[in-house]
Amino acid sequence: MSNNRQILSDYVLHLADNALILGQRNSEWCGHGPVLEQDIAITNISLDLIGQARSLYQYAAQLIGNGATEDRLAYLRDAREFRNCLLVELPRGDWAVTTLRQFFFSAYQMLLFQQMLHSSDTTLAAIAEKSLKEVTYHVRWSSEWVIRLGDGTEESHNRMENALADLWAFTGELFVPSDYEKSVADNGIGVDVSSLKDNWLQKVHDVFNEATLTIPTTTWFQSGGKEGIHTEHLGYLLADLQFLQRAYPGMEW
Amino acid sequence: MLSIIDLGIVRAVNHSEESGETEIVITPTYSGCPAMDVIRMNIRMTLLEHGIEQVKITTVLSPAWTTDWMSEAGKEKLRAYGIAPPNPRQQVCDMKLFAEESVQCPRCGSYSTRRVSEFGSTACKSLYQCNACHEPFDYFKCH
Repeated sequence: MSNNRQILSDYVLHLADNALILGQRNSEWCGHGPVLEQDIAITNISLDLIGQARSLYQYAAQLIGNGATEDRLAYLRDAREFRNCLLVELPRGDWAVTTLRQFFFSAYQMLLFQQMLHSSDTTLAAIAEKSLKEVTYHVRWSSEWVIRLGDGTEESHNRMENALADLWAFTGELFVPSDYEKSVADNGIGVDVSSLKDNWLQKVHDVFNEATLTIPTTTWFQSGGKEGIHTEHLGYLLADLQFLQRAYPGMEW
Repeated sequence: MLSIIDLGIVRAVNHSEESGETEIVITPTYSGCPAMDVIRMNIRMTLLEHGIEQVKITTVLSPAWTTDWMSEAGKEKLRAYGIAPPNPRQQVCDMKLFAEESVQCPRCGSYSTRRVSEFGSTACKSLYQCNACHEPFDYFKCH
């Protein structure tokens, strides 16, 4: 594989892993949501994310060649090979953690895909166009929950404050490009994620204003996920996700 | 019965006299639509039943599917089945937070309805209830 192709496949895997891992994490709510309608909502968001991941893994498999398939990429790589941001692998926590994380991530994805529409890579541009319509719903749904809980009761407000304290240090990584992100951004294929931060902060600011929450002033951020250095949580998630293919290789149903 | 043509899922049908191959170009409603594999298989089966054996099915993502591609006949079929058909797209694109679309009840025709959940039994639908006749119903949301 040529160097450029390797960098592009790393980038596509990073995008795919973000979507798959958050989709898998959210799907833990299936059958456990606070009310049936919201259980259905969060699992529908999971389905959208896993659908986006499939399109991206199919493209990555095509770039990698050599017998790679979407299933092999999702089910047979180890934690160190996953390039997702740490934010998406954190435990689902309570409903405040889940909805605030979704809001942070969806707001990021929306800005990312808006830029990716202009990618010189037509496959990525098409996936962005498709995903953007879904993400629009995710941003609205999660924004409403951040406001509902943040500006709700004392209990719900405290839960949002706690969720914010837990999650904030993991948001910075979204906007610090890895080497492969820098390369593809320079080529006009990928998005310069550092350029998204101001608009993202503005969106967070607007929603937090209504939610009576304040953006933390801390400037230290956790990182490593994009290079395969993960929290302890990813291994457990993958054990769940990959069990069947590890135990029964090539299993189909 | 609602067809994949009514839904706007079939984007093109190409036939090559030279190779004898028929290509069906389809697009998913949502990225994660679990029906796509079944749709692909049924297209192949239906064409086989009609003696068309050389079939190629191509999936495209761009331009992205929109409910505006749904035919008027298709919308009517949805309504008759009890699912509110999608409103024109411009209503939803920049919808404000906590805003609700005005959706007509497919049973009694009242516009006095409320949204129960933005996400319904499938990714393409949301859940509503009619305030007039109390019927709960799915709304095929704008996309």
